[in-house]
Amino acid sequence: MEAFTTHTGRGVPLRRSNVDTDQIIPAHWLKKVTRDGFEDGLFEAWRKDPEFVLNSAAYRGASVLLAGPDFGTGSSREHAVWALQNYGFKAVVSSRFADIFRGNSLKNGLLTVVLPQADVERLWELVEADPQTEVTVDLQALEVRAGAASGAPAFTASFELDENARWRLLNGLDDISITLRYEADIAAFEAARPAFKPQTVQG
Amino acid sequence: MGRTLAEKVWDDHVVRRAEGEPDLLFIDLHLLHEVTSPQAFDGLRKAGRPVRRTDLTIATEDHNTPTLDIDKPIADPVSRTQLETLRKNCADFGVRLHPLGDVEQGVVHVVGPQLGLTQPGTTVVCGDSHTSTHGAFGALAFGIGTSQVEHVLATQTLPMAPFRTMAVTVNGELPDGVTAKDLILAIIARIGTGGGQGYVIEYRGEAVEKLSMEARMTICNMSIEAGARAGMVAPDETTFAYLKGRAHAPEGSGWDAAVEYWRTLRTDDDAVFDREVVIEAAELAPFVTWGTNPGQGAPLSAQVPDPASFGDASERLAAEKALEYMGLTAGQPLREIVVDTVFVGSCTNGRIEDLRSAAEVVSGRQVADGVRMLVVPGSVRVALQAVEEGLDKVFTAAGAEWRHAGCSMCLGMNPDQLAPGERSASTSNRNFEGRQGKGGRTHLVSPQVAAATAVTGRLSSPADLITAEV
Ligand code: SF4
Repeated sequence: MEAFTTHTGRGVPLRRSNVDTDQIIPAHWLKKVTRDGFEDGLFEAWRKDPEFVLNSAAYRGASVLLAGPDFGTGSSREHAVWALQNYGFKAVVSSRFADIFRGNSLKNGLLTVVLPQADVERLWELVEADPQTEVTVDLQALEVRAGAASGAPAFTASFELDENARWRLLNGLDDISITLRYEADIAAFEAARPAFKPQTVQG
Repeated sequence: MGRTLAEKVWDDHVVRRAEGEPDLLFIDLHLLHEVTSPQAFDGLRKAGRPVRRTDLTIATEDHNTPTLDIDKPIADPVSRTQLETLRKNCADFGVRLHPLGDVEQGVVHVVGPQLGLTQPGTTVVCGDSHTSTHGAFGALAFGIGTSQVEHVLATQTLPMAPFRTMAVTVNGELPDGVTAKDLILAIIARIGTGGGQGYVIEYRGEAVEKLSMEARMTICNMSIEAGARAGMVAPDETTFAYLKGRAHAPEGSGWDAAVEYWRTLRTDDDAVFDREVVIEAAELAPFVTWGTNPGQGAPLSAQVPDPASFGDASERLAAEKALEYMGLTAGQPLREIVVDTVFVGSCTNGRIEDLRSAAEVVSGRQVADGVRMLVVPGSVRVALQAVEEGLDKVFTAAGAEWRHAGCSMCLGMNPDQLAPGERSASTSNRNFEGRQGKGGRTHLVSPQVAAATAVTGRLSSPADLITAEV
């Protein structure tokens, strides 16, 4: 996993609540057996509409998605995270994320930032007033800043992320190698498991 | 202080606990299917890692599998590749697989319980959000992403962030004609699609205790639609009776030891939940959704709500968008909504009791002209049982299509899809835009309502049929 320290890019406002993973990446895309090539499936149905915000020339190349509440609800498909990343998003800001989506995003180095809805509204207004507004998501300072490319930021808000997840992201650490350091603990647990626990292989 | 059921099961699986780190939990059962596993096996291959516990891992094919002509090669090459990838991965890594055509094949959440693999007090994971289904046995069951699938394959553990606890207590008895599906739809409408976020929900109370295992699975299945991490029901005599004698249930002294442990899996009287919701069963009625998320539901006797009636701005906007997508107008009685398709199946309502109750409604009646009714058993075992009871004949005599087991139109990854603009009454769990096919419109309903709707062509309950026929 790539480390995430800080990212600055333009933001795109997605004024919709309850954006479920079926909208982020429809099921027929899930037949692929790779982790890449999902960019064209991202919000596929909505992108058919020329008015959809991602189709607006003003937001082309934006890398911070400013989403409404309850983003990423529904299925556990990690393809939703890959699709956002394949398209070029580095961070998503929302007032509430679905749990599985959030876990998936952090495991892949897509930073999901929770800010109060009022702050998200303020960011929406800023990037709508000026699509060139730069949004910085700073994982070291735990801060989101936005404003014109030069000069003091017009918007600053701090966010929280649990220390462990932050450490893993900052260092780009892969969970499996961390866990495998605890091999002795796993083996000890296995040795003490009751015999009546189910096994998929009989006999 | 006492502990809740969820906390007890969690505590019994902690491999490692350290300050400032998520607990590392041991996973008792890992279920795999073709959609969310290929990239995980790929990761193992790249790192040169084996599957740590093939004896705690099992795979089946469900999402892509056709429900017609299953003996012919799969037409869609991409679906075929995905199934072949699973077969190769399972062969390479030594994982037990039930492929299309096998007697144990079916929707992963139907297969685990019917084999007796899902047991009280276990941790169950699957790269599928409806893993919450298995909580009906008092298991702690989580849907996970593909990175986590790889993590469990490699280590049989998962680092898990702590959860909060919620009790949903359903007092009294469900009125006649009101099912587990109606109950869970009503719960989601009450707490909202984000209401369960961060929580493990324990369903309890008299009405829940009286439910069969299959009905409890329907409820736990949809916990995720309320945003919850998992849903659970405390194991009891109903649970033990369901498990006894199943292929992977403990036997002899193992059974006794297991039951003794299972009986301890109850929330202590002095345990405190972080949130409590109380529902009076007597106030419930058949429930259907009108919108594009499972929280947008109402009793069948109600009207399509006016978006202006929602106080919350984002809910109002969501309702406006939903009505536009669904092609509905505020104030329209739900009972007047005309459907083209009825789907009975999925891991929510594709088990034998669901098929029995739908068959009972259509028995001796006919599916309305212009309506197609698809009946898709949740697994091959469910299909065989239904055939033994003659349910397939009841369905086909009524004009319904009897299909092979799989996820089918629950998400339309196989050829079973809605055409743009088509409207369904579906016993599945998600009414998201395009879920059952691009441009398709979904109303979530119980098997009974689905069957009655097939007969009238409009959203209906079985009681409506009787009134109409008198
Ligand atoms: S039946 Fe539907 S919800 Fe259940 S596993 Fe299959 S696709 Fe998912």
